[in-house]
Amino acid sequence: MPADTVPAGRVPGLRIFSRPNDDPGKILAVAITLCLVCSLLVASAAVLLKPQQERNQALAIRKQIVNVAGYPAADADQVEALFRQHIETRLLDLDSGEFDDSIDPAGYDTRAAARDPARSRALAPEADPAKIKRRPDRVPVYLVREGEHIKTAILPVYGYGLWSTLYGFLALAGDGRTVTGLTFYEHGETPGLGDFISNPAWQAKFRGKQAFDEQGRPRLGVIKGGVDPASPAARYQVDAVAGATLTSRGVDKLLHYWLGDQGFGPFLKRLQAQGGNA
Amino acid sequence: MNREEKQILFEPVVDNNPITLQVLGICSALAVTAKLAPSLIMCLALSVVLVCSSAAISLIRNHIPTNIRIIVQITIIASLVIVVDQVLRAYAYEISKQLSVFVGLIITNCIVLGRAEAFALQNPVRESILDALGHGMGYSTILILVATLRELLGSGTLLGHPILRLTRDGGWYEPNGLMLLAPSAFFIIGLLIWAVRTWKPAQVEKSQYRIHVVHRSTEAY
Repeated sequence: MPADTVPAGRVPGLRIFSRPNDDPGKILAVAITLCLVCSLLVASAAVLLKPQQERNQALAIRKQIVNVAGYPAADADQVEALFRQHIETRLLDLDSGEFDDSIDPAGYDTRAAARDPARSRALAPEADPAKIKRRPDRVPVYLVREGEHIKTAILPVYGYGLWSTLYGFLALAGDGRTVTGLTFYEHGETPGLGDFISNPAWQAKFRGKQAFDEQGRPRLGVIKGGVDPASPAARYQVDAVAGATLTSRGVDKLLHYWLGDQGFGPFLKRLQAQGGNA
Repeated sequence: MNREEKQILFEPVVDNNPITLQVLGICSALAVTAKLAPSLIMCLALSVVLVCSSAAISLIRNHIPTNIRIIVQITIIASLVIVVDQVLRAYAYEISKQLSVFVGLIITNCIVLGRAEAFALQNPVRESILDALGHGMGYSTILILVATLRELLGSGTLLGHPILRLTRDGGWYEPNGLMLLAPSAFFIIGLLIWAVRTWKPAQVEKSQYRIHVVHRSTEAY
Protein backbone atom coordinates (compact mmCIF):
# COMPACT_ATOMS: atom_id res chain seq x y z
CA MET A 1 0.00 0.00 0.00
CA PRO A 2 1.44 3.44 -0.89
CA ALA A 3 2.60 5.51 2.06
CA ASP A 4 0.18 8.42 1.50
CA THR A 5 -3.09 6.56 1.88
CA VAL A 6 -5.04 6.38 5.13
CA PRO A 7 -3.67 3.49 7.22
CA ALA A 8 -6.32 0.95 8.05
CA GLY A 9 -6.43 -2.12 10.21
CA ARG A 10 -4.03 -0.94 12.88
CA VAL A 11 -6.71 0.71 15.03
CA PRO A 12 -9.22 -1.92 16.31
CA GLY A 13 -12.36 0.09 15.39
CA LEU A 14 -11.04 0.59 11.85
CA ARG A 15 -10.40 -3.13 11.24
CA ILE A 16 -13.38 -3.27 8.87
CA PHE A 17 -11.46 -1.00 6.48
CA SER A 18 -8.74 -3.61 6.04
CA ARG A 19 -11.23 -6.01 4.47
CA PRO A 20 -11.19 -6.31 0.66
CA ASN A 21 -12.94 -3.52 -1.22
CA ASP A 22 -15.74 -5.76 -2.56
CA ASP A 23 -16.75 -6.94 0.94
CA PRO A 24 -20.33 -5.76 1.66
CA GLY A 25 -19.40 -4.75 5.21
CA LYS A 26 -16.59 -2.58 3.93
CA ILE A 27 -18.81 -1.00 1.24
CA LEU A 28 -21.32 -0.05 3.94
CA ALA A 29 -18.61 1.18 6.27
CA VAL A 30 -17.05 3.38 3.57
CA ALA A 31 -20.44 4.77 2.51
CA ILE A 32 -21.53 5.58 6.07
CA THR A 33 -18.20 7.13 7.06
CA LEU A 34 -18.14 9.25 3.92
CA CYS A 35 -21.70 10.47 4.50
CA LEU A 36 -20.92 11.38 8.12
CA VAL A 37 -17.76 13.29 7.21
CA CYS A 38 -19.43 15.11 4.30
CA SER A 39 -22.55 16.05 6.26
CA LEU A 40 -20.39 17.36 9.10
CA LEU A 41 -18.48 19.51 6.59
CA VAL A 42 -21.62 20.85 4.91
CA ALA A 43 -23.48 21.44 8.18
CA SER A 44 -20.61 23.30 9.82
CA ALA A 45 -20.14 25.52 6.75
CA ALA A 46 -23.86 26.35 6.71
CA VAL A 47 -24.04 27.08 10.46
CA LEU A 48 -20.80 29.04 10.72
CA LEU A 49 -21.46 31.25 7.71
CA LYS A 50 -25.14 31.91 8.41
CA PRO A 51 -24.70 35.16 10.43
CA GLN A 52 -22.58 36.70 7.67
CA GLN A 53 -25.06 35.59 4.97
CA GLU A 54 -27.95 37.09 6.92
CA ARG A 55 -26.08 40.39 7.23
CA ASN A 56 -25.57 40.34 3.45
CA GLN A 57 -29.26 39.68 2.83
CA ALA A 58 -30.37 42.46 5.17
CA LEU A 59 -27.97 44.85 3.48
CA ALA A 60 -29.16 43.77 0.00
CA ILE A 61 -32.77 44.52 1.04
CA ARG A 62 -31.80 47.95 2.39
CA LYS A 63 -29.92 48.63 -0.83
CA GLN A 64 -33.05 47.85 -2.84
CA ILE A 65 -35.14 50.13 -0.61
CA VAL A 66 -32.65 53.00 -0.93
CA ASN A 67 -32.37 52.51 -4.71
CA VAL A 68 -36.11 52.29 -5.30
CA ALA A 69 -36.48 55.45 -3.23
CA GLY A 70 -34.32 57.16 -5.85
CA TYR A 71 -30.94 57.29 -4.10
CA PRO A 72 -28.37 55.32 -6.10
CA ALA A 73 -25.95 53.70 -3.67
CA ALA A 74 -23.13 51.31 -4.37
CA ASP A 75 -21.24 50.24 -1.25
CA ALA A 76 -22.42 49.09 2.14
CA ASP A 77 -21.54 52.27 4.07
CA GLN A 78 -23.42 54.47 1.56
CA VAL A 79 -26.47 52.24 1.78
CA GLU A 80 -26.52 52.37 5.60
CA ALA A 81 -25.98 56.14 5.64
CA LEU A 82 -28.71 56.85 3.07
CA PHE A 83 -31.09 54.46 4.80
CA ARG A 84 -30.61 56.19 8.17
CA GLN A 85 -30.81 59.65 6.65
CA HIS A 86 -33.86 59.32 4.39
CA ILE A 87 -35.92 56.26 5.20
CA GLU A 88 -38.54 56.19 7.94
CA THR A 89 -39.70 52.66 8.80
CA ARG A 90 -43.25 52.32 10.14
CA LEU A 91 -45.41 49.31 10.84
CA LEU A 92 -48.70 49.47 8.97
CA ASP A 93 -51.95 47.81 10.01
CA LEU A 94 -53.24 46.65 6.62
CA ASP A 95 -56.97 46.46 7.52
CA SER A 96 -57.25 49.96 8.96
CA GLY A 97 -54.55 51.54 6.81
CA GLU A 98 -53.19 53.25 9.96
CA PHE A 99 -49.67 53.04 11.35
CA ASP A 100 -49.23 50.85 14.39
CA ASP A 101 -46.40 52.15 16.55
CA SER A 102 -46.97 49.71 19.41
CA ILE A 103 -44.41 47.27 17.93
CA ASP A 104 -40.83 48.17 17.03
CA PRO A 105 -40.45 47.69 13.25
CA ALA A 106 -36.70 46.98 13.62
CA GLY A 107 -37.21 43.47 14.97
CA TYR A 108 -40.38 42.72 13.00
CA ASP A 109 -40.23 39.61 10.81
CA THR A 110 -43.01 39.70 8.20
CA ARG A 111 -42.53 36.09 7.15
CA ALA A 112 -42.77 34.85 10.75
CA ALA A 113 -45.90 36.98 11.26
CA ALA A 114 -47.49 35.51 8.12
CA ARG A 115 -47.03 32.00 9.57
CA ASP A 116 -48.46 32.90 12.99
CA PRO A 117 -52.28 32.48 13.10
CA ALA A 118 -52.52 35.14 15.83
CA ARG A 119 -50.88 37.77 13.65
CA SER A 120 -52.17 36.84 10.20
CA ARG A 121 -55.25 35.80 8.32
CA ALA A 122 -55.80 32.81 6.04
CA LEU A 123 -56.95 33.75 2.53
CA ALA A 124 -59.56 31.78 0.63
CA PRO A 125 -58.18 30.53 -2.72
CA GLU A 126 -60.45 32.88 -4.75
CA ALA A 127 -59.32 35.89 -2.70
CA ASP A 128 -55.67 34.95 -3.07
CA PRO A 129 -54.50 35.64 -6.63
CA ALA A 130 -50.89 36.10 -5.48
CA LYS A 131 -50.99 32.64 -3.82
CA ILE A 132 -49.57 33.82 -0.52
CA LYS A 133 -52.04 31.65 1.52
CA ARG A 134 -51.77 33.78 4.69
CA ARG A 135 -51.58 37.54 4.89
CA PRO A 136 -49.87 39.17 7.88
CA ASP A 137 -51.95 41.77 9.76
CA ARG A 138 -49.06 44.23 9.80
CA VAL A 139 -46.18 44.89 7.40
CA PRO A 140 -43.32 47.37 7.57
CA VAL A 141 -43.52 50.26 5.08
CA TYR A 142 -40.68 52.61 4.25
CA LEU A 143 -41.40 56.32 3.86
CA VAL A 144 -39.36 59.13 2.38
CA ARG A 145 -40.56 62.51 3.66
CA GLU A 146 -40.13 66.00 2.36
CA GLY A 147 -40.96 68.07 5.42
CA GLU A 148 -44.14 66.55 6.80
CA HIS A 149 -45.29 65.48 3.36
CA ILE A 150 -44.69 61.90 2.16
CA LYS A 151 -42.62 62.01 -1.03
CA THR A 152 -42.39 58.25 -1.60
CA ALA A 153 -44.03 55.28 0.10
CA ILE A 154 -42.16 51.99 -0.41
CA LEU A 155 -44.44 49.02 0.09
CA PRO A 156 -43.31 45.39 0.43
CA VAL A 157 -45.07 43.15 -2.09
CA TYR A 158 -44.78 39.43 -2.69
CA GLY A 159 -46.49 36.60 -4.51
CA TYR A 160 -45.89 33.37 -6.35
CA GLY A 161 -44.30 33.29 -9.81
CA LEU A 162 -43.44 30.05 -11.58
CA TRP A 163 -41.14 28.26 -9.13
CA SER A 164 -40.89 30.56 -6.18
CA THR A 165 -42.24 33.46 -4.19
CA LEU A 166 -41.11 36.80 -5.59
CA TYR A 167 -40.27 39.38 -2.92
CA GLY A 168 -40.04 43.02 -3.88
CA PHE A 169 -40.93 46.62 -3.23
CA LEU A 170 -43.42 48.86 -4.99
CA ALA A 171 -42.69 52.56 -4.62
CA LEU A 172 -45.56 55.04 -4.97
CA ALA A 173 -45.44 58.83 -4.93
CA GLY A 174 -47.10 60.75 -2.08
CA ASP A 175 -50.33 61.01 -4.12
CA GLY A 176 -50.80 57.27 -3.54
CA ARG A 177 -51.33 56.71 -7.27
CA THR A 178 -48.18 57.30 -9.32
CA VAL A 179 -45.67 54.46 -9.42
CA THR A 180 -42.09 55.63 -8.92
CA GLY A 181 -40.47 52.21 -8.99
CA LEU A 182 -40.72 48.45 -8.63
CA THR A 183 -37.93 46.11 -7.65
CA PHE A 184 -37.49 42.48 -6.65
CA TYR A 185 -34.78 41.38 -4.24
CA GLU A 186 -35.45 37.69 -3.83
CA HIS A 187 -36.83 35.04 -6.16
CA GLY A 188 -35.99 31.59 -7.49
CA GLU A 189 -37.18 32.01 -11.07
CA THR A 190 -35.36 30.44 -14.02
CA PRO A 191 -31.98 32.07 -14.68
CA GLY A 192 -32.02 33.72 -18.11
CA LEU A 193 -35.85 33.64 -18.39
CA GLY A 194 -37.90 34.46 -15.28
CA ASP A 195 -35.09 36.42 -13.69
CA PHE A 196 -35.93 39.40 -15.92
CA ILE A 197 -37.87 40.71 -12.90
CA SER A 198 -34.58 41.75 -11.31
CA ASN A 199 -33.43 43.49 -14.50
CA PRO A 200 -33.29 47.28 -13.85
CA ALA A 201 -34.22 48.06 -17.49
CA TRP A 202 -37.52 46.18 -17.14
CA GLN A 203 -38.18 47.58 -13.65
CA ALA A 204 -37.71 51.09 -15.05
CA LYS A 205 -40.78 50.61 -17.29
CA PHE A 206 -42.99 50.91 -14.20
CA ARG A 207 -41.78 54.41 -13.42
CA GLY A 208 -44.54 56.96 -14.04
CA LYS A 209 -47.34 54.40 -14.46
CA GLN A 210 -50.65 54.89 -12.68
CA ALA A 211 -51.72 52.32 -10.10
CA PHE A 212 -55.47 53.14 -10.03
CA ASP A 213 -58.11 54.31 -12.49
CA GLU A 214 -60.57 57.19 -11.86
CA GLN A 215 -62.93 54.88 -9.96
CA GLY A 216 -60.09 53.89 -7.63
CA ARG A 217 -59.83 50.32 -8.91
CA PRO A 218 -56.30 48.85 -8.99
CA ARG A 219 -55.24 48.62 -12.64
CA LEU A 220 -51.44 48.44 -12.62
CA GLY A 221 -50.40 45.23 -14.37
CA VAL A 222 -48.27 43.30 -16.79
CA ILE A 223 -49.88 42.41 -20.12
CA LYS A 224 -49.06 39.98 -22.87
CA GLY A 225 -48.75 41.06 -26.49
CA GLY A 226 -47.19 44.48 -25.99
CA VAL A 227 -48.56 47.74 -24.63
CA ASP A 228 -50.24 49.94 -27.25
CA PRO A 229 -49.00 53.44 -26.40
CA ALA A 230 -52.07 54.97 -28.07
CA SER A 231 -54.55 53.14 -25.86
CA PRO A 232 -55.82 54.92 -22.74
CA ALA A 233 -54.98 51.81 -20.69
CA ALA A 234 -51.27 52.16 -21.53
CA ARG A 235 -50.79 54.31 -18.44
CA TYR A 236 -51.46 51.26 -16.25
CA GLN A 237 -49.62 48.66 -18.30
CA VAL A 238 -46.14 47.20 -18.70
CA ASP A 239 -45.02 44.58 -21.24
CA ALA A 240 -44.73 40.97 -20.15
CA VAL A 241 -41.59 39.12 -21.17
CA ALA A 242 -41.67 36.38 -23.81
CA GLY A 243 -40.57 32.98 -22.55
CA ALA A 244 -41.52 33.85 -18.98
CA THR A 245 -45.31 33.94 -19.11
CA LEU A 246 -45.91 32.52 -15.64
CA THR A 247 -43.40 34.81 -13.95
CA SER A 248 -44.97 37.80 -15.76
CA ARG A 249 -48.42 36.65 -14.67
CA GLY A 250 -47.14 36.27 -11.09
CA VAL A 251 -46.00 39.90 -11.07
CA ASP A 252 -49.35 41.01 -12.53
CA LYS A 253 -51.33 39.11 -9.89
CA LEU A 254 -49.26 40.20 -6.93
CA LEU A 255 -49.56 43.86 -7.97
CA HIS A 256 -53.34 43.46 -8.26
CA TYR A 257 -53.54 41.80 -4.89
CA TRP A 258 -51.37 44.23 -2.94
CA LEU A 259 -53.01 47.32 -4.48
CA GLY A 260 -56.46 45.92 -3.64
CA ASP A 261 -58.57 46.16 -0.48
CA GLN A 262 -56.90 43.09 1.04
CA GLY A 263 -53.49 44.68 0.56
CA PHE A 264 -52.50 48.32 0.78
CA GLY A 265 -55.89 49.59 -0.48
CA PRO A 266 -57.01 51.19 2.83
CA PHE A 267 -53.62 52.87 3.39
CA LEU A 268 -53.41 54.18 -0.19
CA LYS A 269 -56.97 55.55 -0.06
CA ARG A 270 -56.03 57.42 3.10
CA LEU A 271 -52.89 58.72 1.40
CA GLN A 272 -54.87 59.83 -1.66
CA ALA A 273 -57.49 61.59 0.47
CA GLN A 274 -54.92 63.36 2.64
CA GLY A 275 -52.70 64.30 -0.31
CA GLY A 276 -49.59 62.62 1.02
CA ASN A 277 -49.93 63.65 4.64
CA ALA A 278 -50.00 60.53 6.76
CA MET B 1 9.52 19.52 -8.84
CA ASN B 2 10.85 17.10 -11.44
CA ARG B 3 10.12 17.07 -15.17
CA GLU B 4 7.26 14.63 -14.91
CA GLU B 5 5.49 16.72 -12.28
CA LYS B 6 5.98 19.87 -14.34
CA GLN B 7 4.39 18.10 -17.26
CA ILE B 8 1.38 17.05 -15.14
CA LEU B 9 0.97 20.65 -13.97
CA PHE B 10 1.42 22.53 -17.24
CA GLU B 11 0.18 20.11 -19.90
CA PRO B 12 -3.53 20.95 -19.29
CA VAL B 13 -2.94 24.67 -19.86
CA VAL B 14 -2.53 24.40 -23.64
CA ASP B 15 -1.55 20.92 -24.78
CA ASN B 16 -4.36 19.06 -23.02
CA ASN B 17 -6.74 21.89 -22.22
CA PRO B 18 -10.01 20.72 -20.65
CA ILE B 19 -12.09 23.15 -22.73
CA THR B 20 -10.36 23.41 -26.11
CA LEU B 21 -9.08 19.81 -26.43
CA GLN B 22 -11.28 17.70 -24.13
CA VAL B 23 -14.27 20.01 -24.75
CA LEU B 24 -15.54 19.64 -21.16
CA GLY B 25 -17.01 22.26 -18.81
CA ILE B 26 -18.63 24.15 -21.67
CA CYS B 27 -21.88 24.98 -19.84
CA SER B 28 -20.31 27.32 -17.30
CA ALA B 29 -17.88 28.68 -19.91
CA LEU B 30 -20.91 29.87 -21.90
CA ALA B 31 -23.03 31.00 -19.01
CA VAL B 32 -20.82 33.08 -16.72
CA THR B 33 -18.44 34.77 -19.16
CA ALA B 34 -20.47 37.88 -20.08
CA LYS B 35 -18.47 39.79 -17.44
CA LEU B 36 -14.91 39.28 -16.21
CA ALA B 37 -15.50 39.60 -12.43
CA PRO B 38 -17.94 36.68 -12.08
CA SER B 39 -15.74 34.61 -14.41
CA LEU B 40 -12.74 35.10 -12.12
CA ILE B 41 -14.77 33.99 -9.10
CA MET B 42 -16.06 31.02 -11.09
CA CYS B 43 -12.47 30.01 -12.04
CA LEU B 44 -11.45 30.23 -8.41
CA ALA B 45 -14.49 28.25 -7.25
CA LEU B 46 -13.95 25.49 -9.80
CA SER B 47 -10.20 25.27 -9.10
CA VAL B 48 -10.77 25.01 -5.33
CA VAL B 49 -13.38 22.26 -5.79
CA LEU B 50 -11.18 20.45 -8.33
CA VAL B 51 -8.04 20.49 -6.15
CA CYS B 52 -9.86 19.53 -2.94
CA SER B 53 -11.89 16.76 -4.56
CA SER B 54 -8.88 15.30 -6.36
CA ALA B 55 -6.87 15.37 -3.14
CA ALA B 56 -9.67 13.78 -1.09
CA ILE B 57 -10.42 11.09 -3.66
CA SER B 58 -6.75 10.26 -4.15
CA LEU B 59 -6.29 10.03 -0.36
CA ILE B 60 -8.95 7.35 0.01
CA ARG B 61 -8.52 5.77 -3.44
CA ASN B 62 -7.43 2.37 -2.10
CA HIS B 63 -10.55 2.13 0.04
CA ILE B 64 -13.17 3.16 -2.52
CA PRO B 65 -15.19 0.05 -3.47
CA THR B 66 -15.43 -0.08 -7.28
CA ASN B 67 -19.20 -0.55 -7.38
CA ILE B 68 -19.99 2.63 -5.39
CA ARG B 69 -17.06 4.59 -6.83
CA ILE B 70 -19.07 7.19 -8.80
CA ILE B 71 -21.43 7.90 -5.92
CA VAL B 72 -18.49 8.31 -3.51
CA GLN B 73 -16.87 10.80 -5.90
CA ILE B 74 -20.08 12.75 -6.44
CA THR B 75 -20.74 12.92 -2.68
CA ILE B 76 -17.30 14.41 -2.09
CA ILE B 77 -17.63 16.84 -5.01
CA ALA B 78 -21.16 17.91 -4.03
CA SER B 79 -20.14 18.57 -0.41
CA LEU B 80 -17.21 20.71 -1.53
CA VAL B 81 -19.42 22.65 -3.96
CA ILE B 82 -21.96 23.39 -1.21
CA VAL B 83 -19.18 24.65 1.06
CA VAL B 84 -17.78 26.88 -1.71
CA ASP B 85 -21.29 28.18 -2.49
CA GLN B 86 -21.90 29.01 1.19
CA VAL B 87 -18.55 30.83 1.41
CA LEU B 88 -19.36 32.88 -1.70
CA ARG B 89 -22.78 33.80 -0.28
CA ALA B 90 -21.09 34.98 2.90
CA TYR B 91 -18.13 36.86 1.41
CA ALA B 92 -18.97 37.67 -2.24
CA TYR B 93 -22.74 38.13 -2.06
CA GLU B 94 -23.23 40.29 -5.18
CA ILE B 95 -21.15 38.04 -7.43
CA SER B 96 -22.72 34.89 -6.01
CA LYS B 97 -26.11 36.34 -7.00
CA GLN B 98 -24.82 36.93 -10.55
CA LEU B 99 -23.43 33.38 -10.74
CA SER B 100 -26.82 32.11 -9.46
CA VAL B 101 -27.08 28.38 -10.18
CA PHE B 102 -23.76 28.00 -11.93
CA VAL B 103 -21.72 27.55 -8.75
CA GLY B 104 -24.07 24.72 -7.75
CA LEU B 105 -23.68 23.25 -11.23
CA ILE B 106 -19.94 22.72 -10.62
CA ILE B 107 -21.16 19.39 -9.18
CA THR B 108 -22.06 18.29 -12.70
CA ASN B 109 -19.04 19.91 -14.35
CA CYS B 110 -17.41 17.10 -16.30
CA ILE B 111 -13.90 18.39 -15.62
CA VAL B 112 -14.21 17.65 -11.88
CA LEU B 113 -15.62 14.13 -12.17
CA GLY B 114 -13.41 13.53 -15.21
CA ARG B 115 -10.19 14.24 -13.27
CA ALA B 116 -11.41 12.17 -10.33
CA GLU B 117 -12.14 9.17 -12.57
CA ALA B 118 -9.21 9.51 -14.95
CA PHE B 119 -6.46 10.60 -12.59
CA ALA B 120 -7.09 10.87 -8.84
CA LEU B 121 -8.42 7.32 -8.58
CA GLN B 122 -5.10 5.85 -9.79
CA ASN B 123 -2.48 8.35 -8.65
CA PRO B 124 -0.92 9.54 -5.37
CA VAL B 125 -2.11 12.71 -3.65
CA ARG B 126 0.73 15.02 -4.74
CA GLU B 127 0.38 14.19 -8.43
CA SER B 128 -3.43 14.41 -8.20
CA ILE B 129 -3.22 17.90 -6.71
CA LEU B 130 -0.83 19.01 -9.46
CA ASP B 131 -3.09 17.52 -12.13
CA ALA B 132 -6.15 19.25 -10.63
CA LEU B 133 -4.28 22.54 -10.35
CA GLY B 134 -3.20 22.22 -13.99
CA HIS B 135 -6.74 21.58 -15.18
CA GLY B 136 -8.00 24.46 -13.04
CA MET B 137 -5.47 26.71 -14.77
CA GLY B 138 -6.45 25.37 -18.20
CA TYR B 139 -10.13 26.06 -17.51
CA SER B 140 -9.34 29.49 -16.06
CA THR B 141 -7.15 30.48 -19.03
CA ILE B 142 -10.00 29.90 -21.48
CA LEU B 143 -12.66 31.45 -19.23
CA ILE B 144 -10.60 34.59 -18.66
CA LEU B 145 -9.85 34.92 -22.40
CA VAL B 146 -13.52 34.51 -23.35
CA ALA B 147 -14.75 36.82 -20.59
CA THR B 148 -12.20 39.52 -21.43
CA LEU B 149 -13.28 39.51 -25.09
CA ARG B 150 -16.99 39.44 -24.23
CA GLU B 151 -16.90 42.19 -21.63
CA LEU B 152 -14.63 44.41 -23.73
CA LEU B 153 -16.63 44.07 -26.94
CA GLY B 154 -20.05 43.76 -25.32
CA SER B 155 -19.88 46.52 -22.72
CA GLY B 156 -16.62 48.36 -23.50
CA THR B 157 -15.42 47.74 -19.93
CA LEU B 158 -13.07 45.43 -18.05
CA LEU B 159 -13.97 44.51 -14.45
CA GLY B 160 -16.49 47.35 -14.70
CA HIS B 161 -13.88 50.01 -15.59
CA PRO B 162 -14.55 51.73 -18.94
CA ILE B 163 -11.86 50.91 -21.52
CA LEU B 164 -13.55 51.68 -24.86
CA ARG B 165 -15.59 54.89 -24.69
CA LEU B 166 -19.15 54.09 -25.77
CA THR B 167 -21.03 56.19 -28.34
CA ARG B 168 -23.82 56.79 -25.83
CA ASP B 169 -21.25 58.47 -23.55
CA GLY B 170 -19.84 60.51 -26.46
CA GLY B 171 -17.09 58.01 -27.40
CA TRP B 172 -16.50 56.03 -30.59
CA TYR B 173 -17.33 52.44 -29.65
CA GLU B 174 -20.75 50.98 -30.38
CA PRO B 175 -21.09 47.94 -28.06
CA ASN B 176 -21.88 44.61 -29.68
CA GLY B 177 -24.99 43.30 -27.93
CA LEU B 178 -24.42 39.77 -29.22
CA MET B 179 -21.34 39.53 -26.98
CA LEU B 180 -23.58 39.70 -23.91
CA LEU B 181 -25.58 36.66 -25.05
CA ALA B 182 -24.50 33.04 -24.60
CA PRO B 183 -24.11 32.25 -28.36
CA SER B 184 -21.14 34.63 -28.62
CA ALA B 185 -19.23 32.38 -26.19
CA PHE B 186 -19.86 29.47 -28.58
CA PHE B 187 -18.31 31.47 -31.41
CA ILE B 188 -15.33 32.60 -29.35
CA ILE B 189 -14.61 29.12 -27.98
CA GLY B 190 -14.95 27.68 -31.51
CA LEU B 191 -12.49 30.23 -32.86
CA LEU B 192 -10.13 29.52 -29.95
CA ILE B 193 -10.21 25.78 -30.67
CA TRP B 194 -9.44 26.54 -34.32
CA ALA B 195 -6.57 28.85 -33.35
CA VAL B 196 -5.03 26.35 -30.88
CA ARG B 197 -5.25 23.52 -33.43
CA THR B 198 -3.65 25.65 -36.12
CA TRP B 199 -0.82 26.46 -33.71
CA LYS B 200 -0.49 22.84 -32.52
CA PRO B 201 -1.61 20.55 -35.37
CA ALA B 202 -1.03 17.49 -33.13
CA GLN B 203 -4.36 18.29 -31.46
CA VAL B 204 -6.33 17.85 -34.68
CA GLU B 205 -8.31 14.63 -34.39
CA LYS B 206 -8.12 12.06 -37.17
CA SER B 207 -11.37 11.89 -39.12
CA GLN B 208 -13.35 8.88 -38.04
CA TYR B 209 -14.44 8.14 -41.59
CA ARG B 210 -13.50 9.24 -45.08
CA ILE B 211 -15.92 10.10 -47.81
CA HIS B 212 -15.18 7.70 -50.64
CA VAL B 213 -14.68 9.58 -53.88
CA VAL B 214 -16.62 7.95 -56.69
CA HIS B 215 -15.63 8.86 -60.23
CA ARG B 216 -18.13 6.86 -62.22
CA SER B 217 -21.67 6.31 -61.08
CA THR B 218 -21.50 2.61 -61.98
CA GLU B 219 -18.78 2.09 -59.35
CA ALA B 220 -21.12 3.26 -56.66
CA TYR B 221 -23.36 0.25 -56.93
